[in-house]
Amino acid sequence: MIGTETKTQTIQETKAPPGLLRRMLAQRQGKIGVVLAGVVVLVAFLGPVLMTLITGYTSTEFVGRPFQHDGVFGTDNLGRDILSRFLDGGLQLVIYAALATLLGMALGAAAGMLAAYQGGWLDGIIMRGNDVLLAIPQLVFALLAITVLGPQGWVLVVVIGITHAPRIARVARSATLAVITEDYVAAAQMYAVPRWKILLREVLPNITGPLMVELGLRMTYSIGAIASLSFLGLGLQPPTADWGLMINENRIALIIQPWGVVLPVLAIAVLTVGTNLITDSLARASAHLNVKDTK
Amino acid sequence: MMRLIGRRLLISILILFLVSILVFVATLLLPGDPARAILGQQATPERLAALREQMGLTDPVWLRYLHWFGGLFVGDLGTSTSAGAPVTEVIGARIGNSLVLMVIAAVIAVPVGLVVGTYSALRRGKATDHVFTGISLVLAALPEFVVGIILITLFSTTVFAILPSVTMAAPGHPVWEVPSQLVLPILTLVLVVTPYMVRMMRATMIEVLDSGWVEMARLKGVPERQVIMRHAVPHALGTVAQVIAMQLAWLAGGIVVVEFLFRYPGVGAAMVDAVTNRDVQVVQALSLLIAGVYVVVNLLADVVGIVTNPKLRREESR
Repeated sequence: MIGTETKTQTIQETKAPPGLLRRMLAQRQGKIGVVLAGVVVLVAFLGPVLMTLITGYTSTEFVGRPFQHDGVFGTDNLGRDILSRFLDGGLQLVIYAALATLLGMALGAAAGMLAAYQGGWLDGIIMRGNDVLLAIPQLVFALLAITVLGPQGWVLVVVIGITHAPRIARVARSATLAVITEDYVAAAQMYAVPRWKILLREVLPNITGPLMVELGLRMTYSIGAIASLSFLGLGLQPPTADWGLMINENRIALIIQPWGVVLPVLAIAVLTVGTNLITDSLARASAHLNVKDTK
Repeated sequence: MMRLIGRRLLISILILFLVSILVFVATLLLPGDPARAILGQQATPERLAALREQMGLTDPVWLRYLHWFGGLFVGDLGTSTSAGAPVTEVIGARIGNSLVLMVIAAVIAVPVGLVVGTYSALRRGKATDHVFTGISLVLAALPEFVVGIILITLFSTTVFAILPSVTMAAPGHPVWEVPSQLVLPILTLVLVVTPYMVRMMRATMIEVLDSGWVEMARLKGVPERQVIMRHAVPHALGTVAQVIAMQLAWLAGGIVVVEFLFRYPGVGAAMVDAVTNRDVQVVQALSLLIAGVYVVVNLLADVVGIVTNPKLRREESR
């Protein structure tokens, strides 16, 4: 699933135009995205702290009968306070998604850069390995891993990270191929700079544009994948408060008590739309290096 | 061109073979003893040993792999531990159900995606273009179960109660006997798959419409309608075909969540059940099946890419 424009962009910064983030924020779309995602992340991080102050209950405390209208948003399928569970349910999702994305970026960028720089048989092995991993849909791969290792936090992070890696590696590889012919790489090679230093100091800083776009895209998918797995009952396990899990637990009572579903759905939707808007404006920002183009 | 396609076919077969090894090895890592899982904690050592012998667990790994892999070709996928029946029996009827969902979703999504994308490109910068671009950007971001839940809230529970949100299929009756229960699952899949096609078609059409030869066609007086239908769209299709195929391949995995959400009796829901019950044989079979569909659709995409690329077409005549 590749959505945004992933044309290979050659980075040719001449007189240090404003940074990528500044250019992203200069667009209206980027601003909206940052606000949307920021609000949800803020709720996710402050929620667990504020939960007992606002509602007086923790997320796993039983406060009454199921699906009642006590409190602000009522109670869930086991009679727990919906607002408490909502406030407590985002932190793990956001952290796991971020960790999975970072793991995928680290693995993918390293593999892609190495494949492009080294070429030859190593390139062949890495890219064919990629093809094999890409032949299994992300979610099916995750389900396979969960069958074997059980639904645990680290399994989610590792498996989502690994499924992102080949997709990121492709982008990193093609971006690196455009960079390694540059003179400064040849200069570094002449000074016998170690390979890892060339990749880190010369190549990596010059492919941040496409990588940042990929980071945003993968973050959107990570959130979706982890929330989906929790929704399937195969991610975070009860009694943990989690948005994906909440939707699964409360959807049977959508007619009499919609809040238990509506709140987490809204949060996930706003978060992923926010990250997607950021990604889209990042793609524009790295495509048009000219500041005048960003409206 | 045929050599390219043949090469691509060989690679696909090799990939599927490697995937089958990956799937098999993954299940080897499972903790616990399948024989004990079937017989329970009270089983006597003799019976355990006998069942292990019968299941071939005492054989070396490569032999077990060959046995399993060979079984794939003769329709023997092993026995489901939770159902106690052959895997083929458990999933057989469900394959058709899932195919119905995927094929109808694809048949609706592709033309809609192409038409909306083209229209958006033609009205570039106007209000309708902004609306379509905005909607596709939002829809593209939403996970499939979020789209599904929103549809259920809108059309079957809270707002309007006009469509069923749960698939009810009496055993022995095909799901399409009650067409209304197919609407929401298909609509969910369409809404998830279409946005990328729209965006890709729009971007490609804009590029094509700005090209020199479209300008040339316009300048020599070709009617605008013909410029678009005969010159621009076919050119854009080759590029967009890849994205379309990727999205259709995504359907193979996407049905998992959507079928679970609507309790649709298909392969995806069976997969979730099997993972929940740790029913290894079924998970193995379904992973490979879904990966197979995925690889085949991707192969078709590449073939379309090769066939529509004029540069490669010419190679044949050389």
